Amino acid sequence: MSQAAHTDAEQAAVQAPVKRSSRWKEWSGILKRDKRPLVGIVILLLFMLSAAFAPLLTPYNPSATQFTPLAAPSWHHWLGTTASGQDVWSQFLYGGRISLSVGFFAGFIATALAVILGMLPSYLGGWIDTTMATFTNIMLVIPGLPLLIVITAYVHQTGPVTIALVIGLTGWAWGARILRAQTLSLSRRDFVIASRLAGETQWRVLIGEILPNMLSLVVANLVFATIAAILAEASLEFLGLGNPSVVTWGTMLYWADTGQALLNGAWWWIVPPGLAIALVGLSLSLINFGVDQVSNPRLRLNKVKVARKPRKGAPS
Amino acid sequence: MRFILRRLGFLLLSLWAAATINFVLPRLMPGNPAILMIGRFKGQISPKALHALELQFGVTNTPLWSQYLTYLNHLVHGQWGLSLTYYPVPVSRIIAQSLPWTLGLVGVATVLSVFIGVMLGIFTAWHRGGKWDAILPTMSTFTAALPYFWLALILLYLLGYLWHWFPMAHAYSSTLTPAFTLPFISNMLYHAVLPALTIVISSIGGWLLGMRNNMVQTLGEDYVLFGEARGLKSNRLMFQYAARNAILPSMTGFAMAIGFVVGGALLTEVVFSYPGLGYQLLAAVQNEDYPLMQGLFLIIAFSVLVANFLVELLYGKLDPRTRGGASQ
Repeated sequence: MSQAAHTDAEQAAVQAPVKRSSRWKEWSGILKRDKRPLVGIVILLLFMLSAAFAPLLTPYNPSATQFTPLAAPSWHHWLGTTASGQDVWSQFLYGGRISLSVGFFAGFIATALAVILGMLPSYLGGWIDTTMATFTNIMLVIPGLPLLIVITAYVHQTGPVTIALVIGLTGWAWGARILRAQTLSLSRRDFVIASRLAGETQWRVLIGEILPNMLSLVVANLVFATIAAILAEASLEFLGLGNPSVVTWGTMLYWADTGQALLNGAWWWIVPPGLAIALVGLSLSLINFGVDQVSNPRLRLNKVKVARKPRKGAPS
Repeated sequence: MRFILRRLGFLLLSLWAAATINFVLPRLMPGNPAILMIGRFKGQISPKALHALELQFGVTNTPLWSQYLTYLNHLVHGQWGLSLTYYPVPVSRIIAQSLPWTLGLVGVATVLSVFIGVMLGIFTAWHRGGKWDAILPTMSTFTAALPYFWLALILLYLLGYLWHWFPMAHAYSSTLTPAFTLPFISNMLYHAVLPALTIVISSIGGWLLGMRNNMVQTLGEDYVLFGEARGLKSNRLMFQYAARNAILPSMTGFAMAIGFVVGGALLTEVVFSYPGLGYQLLAAVQNEDYPLMQGLFLIIAFSVLVANFLVELLYGKLDPRTRGGASQ
């Protein structure tokens, strides 16, 4: 009895680090061959850090209206000022805080829902699965942005939190559909059947066997849901459906549009927030190139050099 | 036949779901927002219209199920209520006026973007690992992340305001009256260039990337290698063997893509004051014109659902496997 427990623990101790290091090797191997995910991580970190350390990077309050209106970029105001005399650079930094938080929060909610609504019914099967699959397909084809516009129009007084919740609660369908398909395919594999035959409970099979094997899909889904959420948030706020007194990248564009920034030639007011949204989206997509290569090895950039290297300790 | 019936069943089911969402939403919200709206319009519109509004948004004592049946009945018979912004114009007339603009703009832009995107995807996958395979996918990840409305603003600023290449707003010059004449049509197309360009640039990246990845997969298949070994011409191999099979998974993504493009197009219309559904939707939201908002949401959802249905049918035609049922 104790002997058995001992060997079990020993085996686990031996196996765990091997497994982890092999996964690490896989990731670092991909990063070595393909620099795009690394560039993505750097860009994303840059935006996150500049948002987090906004007070150190700018002396001005983003809402203070004390400066000359519509001043072009200068040494004092790196990105100029708005029509009501706010500093665009401070708005840009502080706005990133809320835009990024809303994006990641909504992306996280959508992914969590996608995991639950995608995995559970497909594993339980039967009429629950059929109903849920149909429901997911319907949610998938109903256009998202018009639905968001209608919901936020009814809600009134929408702050960033409400917007994040609404985006998260409506944006899970795509992920749920992909994860459902993957769960179905995995639950017919030998290792899942084996663990089921070994007497594992459904929950353990689901969380211990199936989920870890589609982790890269979950991460990819998180990445896409976050991009979509940042875009949706900016769109809603641009239409004036957010709280215009909260400074975000979306409300900056709303004020720039209502303040006739274009007709005044104030490009410095319009370019930074949109470019930031696009760059954050780009960085997340670049990171996803790496995630994709974990789940789909055919997409990996193969170079002959790597293949020629003699592998030590490879099974013969 | 069974495949068509199944798709038709799903179309009807999703149409019903969209209509039900429309019914449930205002009633689900805390403190029915319609009460506020009706209070605001009291005295400005006729008592009969006011009563119709109360019925439409559930400010009555009739049980929910009978409200629901009345709602569906009105919907099917095209009685979508009166717009409050343009009182007393019926919602259906506003929709009839703005739908063609959106359909034309989104339709043409989507066909262009799918065609160019898929072609570029084939090209980059064929030359994978090359110079263009490094440039084009990276560029399209960037353009895919561009917010539609921001790109529209930038194009408007550069090509409209600074360089005066294109008009800055509206679907046609206000001096012209809509007619099927050459000057009007050319004027209309001239006004549509910038909005269409916005939609094409923003949506092309998704098609390119999807096609490239699928194509890389099919190029790795044995039958392509075999075809190459047999000495097939590269054109034939590229289109008949690889692209033809790679394009199918791209089309399943259409469901989400078209919804996304329509959403973006609505914002683009707002920026260019293009008189389509998106422009009216914003007006409805800003004026708390709920009847118009409901009608617009329904017609947008319906159009997307029908577009999806048509693509699914086409997909079934192209790929016998999806029709299913035959082998069982």
